[in-house]
Amino acid sequence: MINRREALSRVAIIMGGTVLGAEAFLTGCKTNTKGVTFSQADIDFLNEVGETILPATNTPGAKAANVGAFMQTMVSDCYEAKDQEIFMKGMDELNAASKKHHNKAFMESTPEERTAFLTELDKEAKEYQKNKKKEDPTHYFTMMKQMTLSGLFTSKIGATEVLRFVAVPGKYEGCVPYTKGEKAWATS
Amino acid sequence: MAEQQYDAIVVGSGISGGWAAKELTEKGLKVLMLERGRNIEHIKDYVNADKEAWDYPHRGGRTQQMIEDYPVLKRDYPLNETNLDYWCSDKDHPYTETKRFDWFRGYHVGGRSLMWGRQSYRWSNSDFEANAKDGIAVDWPVRYKEIEPWYDYVEKFAGISGNRDGIDVLPDGQFLPPMDLTCVEKDVAARIKEIYKGSRHLIIGRTANITVPHEGRPGCQFRNKCWLGCPFGGYFSTQSSTLPAAMATGNLTLRPWSIVTEINYDKDKKRATGVTVLDAETNKTIEYKAKIIFVNASTLNSTWLLMNSATDVWEGGLGSSSDALGKNLMDHHLGNRAGGIIEGYEDKYTFGRRANGFYIPRFRNLGDEKRDYIRGFGYQGSANRAGWGHDVAEVSIGGKFKDALTEPGGWSIGMMGFGEMLPDPTNKVTLDKTKKDKWGLNVLNIDCELKDNEIKMRKDILEDAKEMLERAGAKNVQGFEGDGTPGRGIHEMGTARMGRDPKTSVLNGNNQVWDAPNVFVTDGAFMTSANCVNPSLTYMAFTARAADFAVSELKKGNL
Repeated sequence: MINRREALSRVAIIMGGTVLGAEAFLTGCKTNTKGVTFSQADIDFLNEVGETILPATNTPGAKAANVGAFMQTMVSDCYEAKDQEIFMKGMDELNAASKKHHNKAFMESTPEERTAFLTELDKEAKEYQKNKKKEDPTHYFTMMKQMTLSGLFTSKIGATEVLRFVAVPGKYEGCVPYTKGEKAWATS
Repeated sequence: MAEQQYDAIVVGSGISGGWAAKELTEKGLKVLMLERGRNIEHIKDYVNADKEAWDYPHRGGRTQQMIEDYPVLKRDYPLNETNLDYWCSDKDHPYTETKRFDWFRGYHVGGRSLMWGRQSYRWSNSDFEANAKDGIAVDWPVRYKEIEPWYDYVEKFAGISGNRDGIDVLPDGQFLPPMDLTCVEKDVAARIKEIYKGSRHLIIGRTANITVPHEGRPGCQFRNKCWLGCPFGGYFSTQSSTLPAAMATGNLTLRPWSIVTEINYDKDKKRATGVTVLDAETNKTIEYKAKIIFVNASTLNSTWLLMNSATDVWEGGLGSSSDALGKNLMDHHLGNRAGGIIEGYEDKYTFGRRANGFYIPRFRNLGDEKRDYIRGFGYQGSANRAGWGHDVAEVSIGGKFKDALTEPGGWSIGMMGFGEMLPDPTNKVTLDKTKKDKWGLNVLNIDCELKDNEIKMRKDILEDAKEMLERAGAKNVQGFEGDGTPGRGIHEMGTARMGRDPKTSVLNGNNQVWDAPNVFVTDGAFMTSANCVNPSLTYMAFTARAADFAVSELKKGNL
């Protein structure tokens, strides 16, 4: 949710190093998107990709927030046609890259193999994003990672069990002590 | 129901219309308030007020369907999933643009008082004197001393939180307790004060959010959901504040779905007799009579209404005997901004969600300083600690990455300029007789752009922001040149300005139309210049003053 004041201080968020996500909400999509279909297998696959990026630790991971279904909704309703295409092809490309990396399809890989592989793929995507021309498309893995983060952290589970959330704070304090290890607020 | 008689009619129910209705009804007048759109009832109709991000399918974002449906609103942040119903349908309410003008509108009871930014600043006397001093446009027919008691009056009722900062260019008001600055903001404020030897100030924003219970409203709960409508009456809106007061008198009739198409005018008596309403749902035409008309349809729609009135007397409409109707459209130009990182403060955080930020009042062209442009700008911004979106060094996939993201990141600071736009007669609106809306009404054409003075000022806005942040200790400071398209400030002003001469102004110093003294225009249309502060508080003060004047004139038999 971006209201006027937040829109004005967007620059602060960017400077703070927002990896991903917030800008996508604002940009939305421009051209008509029809005919994107996800199978349950696709959603399961995306949930596993998400869970590898943000796994359950002592708090729930991306799969618990069903980020696969979130990606389906966002790609179907909010992505431009050209980005939809990149995302859909990206699922196959990810699998192909997994086979190339350790001779196994992503879903057949162990958690350790998945983590090692996606760490490599993330580096590749970051390198691509850094060097790409403005008009070049976003890397498919960057899309998946963006939506994994926003999908988990803006979900109810993410906000209330992974981060900290108070629905009605009742007061504002601009300067309170913080001890390392305490959770971040889900919303500002 | 061919004709109905009231003492006064108020056209529009936004910030200024709500004030007009409250003041006139409290003084005993029977008032009809007309609103072109639907009703939104306080609390009951704030359907999303208790939703969180996860309650929206797209977590509050925008879909491609929305982008298709809202070709204007999509141009900036207002197009979103959370309060879409508060913005008018672009398709039902077209306008034409000779040059691009982003017109973001709310057509419902309460108007944009439901979604406004709530920043509330007084003008200083030098702002009212500026046109005369610079020899541009026309002189304001009002000075600070005359409007000061009305600022006091509206602030006391509306509830403005702020600090008494003692800054000449930004007079203090009747404030409720201020909100907190963050630790970083406090330190940056101290550094700016020292570096610029007291000539520049970083203060907490003055906002129409009530920090303590006020006028029967529970108050701000720091949820930062203002623009959804607040169940706690935490901010000033027509619904939370002026409408209940007006209703309590028993003197107010509110009629939604009422498009006022014309102010009816008696050319012999030189007075308005009432208005013609087109019922937006039934398409029926109804006439209402009244002794006084307050025009508060929002700046450009108020001017549209004047242009459609008394055309049998003046081809260009009521107020067109001057050369000013439709001209001198202004906004505030936004977009140029800067941000940087603040190191340290790892042991500090915030509690609650502050629907406010800091404010840096105008510091340019004060005293003897002369830049290559006139007037000035202020900044709004904030310094906060990053949430889950921050960068993580070392890891980027897996459990350690996730756990690092669940802790707050570093602090950063950012701010954006709000610049004054000069009145210029070539920035204008006209009736576009080639295009009609779905009710068969001619639409407005907008022809407006930033001129030389604004373009020069924008360089300072960018460079000063970078310099101040750097000198105040921010690292990795970056400036951004934004889109200064007029309209984006959502502060439309002018097009029916007040002045001292009926040849060069539409209204006199009491907001009366020169050619129809029982017609008062008290929304942004009356503004003779724009200053650089958020304008709504000034509309409130002028409206209360004009209502007081109108009733006293009515009692004297002058209207």
